[in-house]
Amino acid sequence: MSLTDLTIAEASAKLRAREISAVELTTAHNEAVAALNPRLNAYITTTPEQALEQAKAADASIAAGTATPLTGIPLAIKDLFCTEGVRTTAASKILDPFIPPYESTVTAQLKAAGAVFLGKANLDEFAMGSSNITSGYGPVENPWKRNGSDAKLVPGGSSGGSAAAVAARIAMGATGTDTGGSIRQPAAFTGLTGIKPTYGRCSRYGIIAFASSLDQAGPLARTTEDCAILLQAMSGFDPRDSTSAERHVPDFRAAISRGVKGRRIGIPAEYRMDGISAEIDALWQQGITWLRKAGAEIIDISLPHTKYGLPVYYIVAPAEASSNLARYDGVRFGARVDGEDLIDMYERTRAAGFGAEVKRRIMIGTYVLSAGYYDAYYLKAQKIRALILRDFTEAFGKVDAILTPATPSAAFGLGEKMDDPVTMYLNDVFTVPSNLAGIPAMSVPAGLSSEGLPLGLQIIGRHFDEETVFSVAAAIERAANFTTKPAIIAGAK
Amino acid sequence: MGYMLEGSTGAWEIVVGLEVHAQVISESKLFSGASATYGGAPNAHVSFIDAGFPGMLPVINRECVAQAVRTGLGLNAQINLHSRFDRKNYFYADLPNGYQISQFAHPIVGTGTVEIELQDGTIKHIGITRLHLEQDAGKSMHDQHPAKSVIDLNRAGVGLMEIVSEPDIRSPEEAGAYLRKIRQIVRYLGTCDGNMEEGSMRADVNVSVRKPGEEFRTRCEIKNVNSVRFVMHAVEAEAQRQIEVWESGGTVTQETRLYDPARGETRSMRSKEDAHDYRYFPEPDLLPLVLDENWVADLKAKLPELPDDKRKRFCAQYGITFYDAGVLTADQLTADFYETVAKNRDARLSCNWITGDFFAALNRKSATIETSPVSAAALGELIDLITDQTINGRIAKDVFEDMVETGKMPAAIVEEKGLRQVTDTGAIDAAVAAILAANPDKVAEYKSGKDKLFGFFVGQVMKAMQGKGNPALVNEVIKKQLS
Repeated sequence: MSLTDLTIAEASAKLRAREISAVELTTAHNEAVAALNPRLNAYITTTPEQALEQAKAADASIAAGTATPLTGIPLAIKDLFCTEGVRTTAASKILDPFIPPYESTVTAQLKAAGAVFLGKANLDEFAMGSSNITSGYGPVENPWKRNGSDAKLVPGGSSGGSAAAVAARIAMGATGTDTGGSIRQPAAFTGLTGIKPTYGRCSRYGIIAFASSLDQAGPLARTTEDCAILLQAMSGFDPRDSTSAERHVPDFRAAISRGVKGRRIGIPAEYRMDGISAEIDALWQQGITWLRKAGAEIIDISLPHTKYGLPVYYIVAPAEASSNLARYDGVRFGARVDGEDLIDMYERTRAAGFGAEVKRRIMIGTYVLSAGYYDAYYLKAQKIRALILRDFTEAFGKVDAILTPATPSAAFGLGEKMDDPVTMYLNDVFTVPSNLAGIPAMSVPAGLSSEGLPLGLQIIGRHFDEETVFSVAAAIERAANFTTKPAIIAGAK
Repeated sequence: MGYMLEGSTGAWEIVVGLEVHAQVISESKLFSGASATYGGAPNAHVSFIDAGFPGMLPVINRECVAQAVRTGLGLNAQINLHSRFDRKNYFYADLPNGYQISQFAHPIVGTGTVEIELQDGTIKHIGITRLHLEQDAGKSMHDQHPAKSVIDLNRAGVGLMEIVSEPDIRSPEEAGAYLRKIRQIVRYLGTCDGNMEEGSMRADVNVSVRKPGEEFRTRCEIKNVNSVRFVMHAVEAEAQRQIEVWESGGTVTQETRLYDPARGETRSMRSKEDAHDYRYFPEPDLLPLVLDENWVADLKAKLPELPDDKRKRFCAQYGITFYDAGVLTADQLTADFYETVAKNRDARLSCNWITGDFFAALNRKSATIETSPVSAAALGELIDLITDQTINGRIAKDVFEDMVETGKMPAAIVEEKGLRQVTDTGAIDAAVAAILAANPDKVAEYKSGKDKLFGFFVGQVMKAMQGKGNPALVNEVIKKQLS
């Protein structure tokens, strides 16, 4: 088996058994990145020298017996995480050039755990998108292909580069961020597992903000266990993020083997939407059958405000984004286009620096917060957001977790769904409610579409109950035994 | 009738409300660990949070919250145990995030009231609408470079308390008295240094005029007035302008204006149409601010004595007039100085000395209590020397002047210069006898009924004794020898 094909858990065991060295593992990945990235465009910035230095330090740590499960594990870091001394772009030209003099808390914790950073993964500009086509650094190609077709597919977004890198085996795992589905949807499109933990589980310090009340960091990996290992290191209270939770971080990895016997799994009627494809519905039924077989109790539930999730999300997220992105004004960092006066400089800088989707969301966000519209849009959206949370709270009185499809479709082609932004926004229909409620949700690969593309199921849990989410996802993982690999993969000819 | 401005159509009443921005005294800024100290090299006190760098997040400074609560308590105001921060969005080069974190919908302090005293001794209550916490912006300078503006972010992110009054103020004098009162309270509390020259306290002044008995008319807001005197002038100038507008058949339009102290007038800054739409919304990077009731109670218990309370206590405890008590409690240092001097001494005599010779000397020397050449201990010692009759009141004034010039202690001066009061009746008898003997004609005139000459003899005797004679004894002996 090639080194790049190992899971994190496997590689970690081999490293500690001294069967392989961190330098070997990293070198294999650096070479795979060099070979595949020009095609996939999964990384905006690669850092092979830094990775090698970290690998050497990892080998020393393993030799000294101070290794963690992540020591020497090569990762891709979504380029929304500020990394000290390494260019950070948010996939936007407006931050060109920007080299942060500080490190995000999540990446600092991963570094402290001994992880190796291969580079900064591509994404939708400022994490705004579901296809990675809004990146100012070019789209990412999904390593998966439809049966008998060489058409380029999108990897999903916004953590598209992270997903493509891990699927193509040019990273063992990756960090992502999820504001409305940006971890789970690309994970589903590329046959990976990805979890958006509870809002507040991971610090947002040093992560470039899209929508502050929704953004959460989380991992993408090839197994639920690998996700658990990564999330373990990424989680924890941070006094520098007032919204991070001062709570004990449980042993996520232990939850993987817990099983679902006696657990109550909710099936929300409202997720059976018009236009849901037969194969997505069939996959969902398959998931229900698997969980029932594994000893879970299946309970029909209602989340009546589900249909308002998308409209609420597309008010709240742009509103916060319009404010969060005001700082990109050309005054202190990043790109500047000089102008006649201050206002002219702002206009030229922001016109040149932001892409179309970012501009669209800034416009929407500015509009919904404007005097005279605030009550009708933003305030109403906040009220419905509270109702969506209440739906979940009531449901979790009856069930321990909720099972839904992760996405309404499999990965689509580059250039498809581009005509109308709303069509693109519909990608997030199953994922946004858990962001609005702040609850953990995970995507796990469960099967293939008729065209041979991966499809995912989503498990949603209670606040701070990622353990149950992991245990249910792992049960599906075991039952689905998803072993198909993408067409474009490191080491393949 | 209160204060009125006379126009061509009759009397006009002024209606004023003030928004006072008071910089919070704290080690670090409202949402970052950077120093909140005034001054320093440009951009020396700036964290990545203050500069609005990507991924940076605000964290509320507990001490700033405590300072706001203390101020609220000092304003006799409601402390809101639940409050919240909002973003006020607008673009400007010295506002790094493109928004100011403020409290719009749910301020930390609600309604309160302060007492002001006018020249004629009238006491008036001015309502406080609210106090909220917000961050200051940086400073833009447009005169440092021929083609560029430069930005100093040292002030960006420093905590500000915005104290909003009800439109209860009816004259320039009341506006001045209110602002001085707010300054006095925050200084007593140590929550703001009240230094208007350095900009750590500034006021936005809302002015309108109306005919007596009318509803409020349209108001204009005069931004960033930075002294008590300018606030008073601005109120008057703006009221006069509005009266002229109304009386010439025009309409006052709501707008933001600036006061130009050089010209003594206000001028338009931006009209309502150009006003920003601040797009306030709840700050998602911060949790709602929830205060523990016990914590607030503890702050309240540890609050220093406030000026109004202190003034009342001074009257009761020291038997001084309400007016004098007002002078002595104008600021905490003066009050402490007085209490040190008056402790176990004649409280009224202490008051007279401080409000008289002592203040006059400070004034003359352009000194403050802190830089005074005469300490409270020294002044107390001087009063002791008077009380125990070591020196008389006239000599005491000379000794005091010596203390001001040399900084020496009074007892030392008295010893050094031999100013000890003469109470030895033998010496006084001799001095009186010598003067009477030297002025037989005056003695004769006195005895023939020219009573006024008594003062002449006293003066001559005191002069002969270099002022050291005990005045009562001198009088007594002269009377005896002349009879």
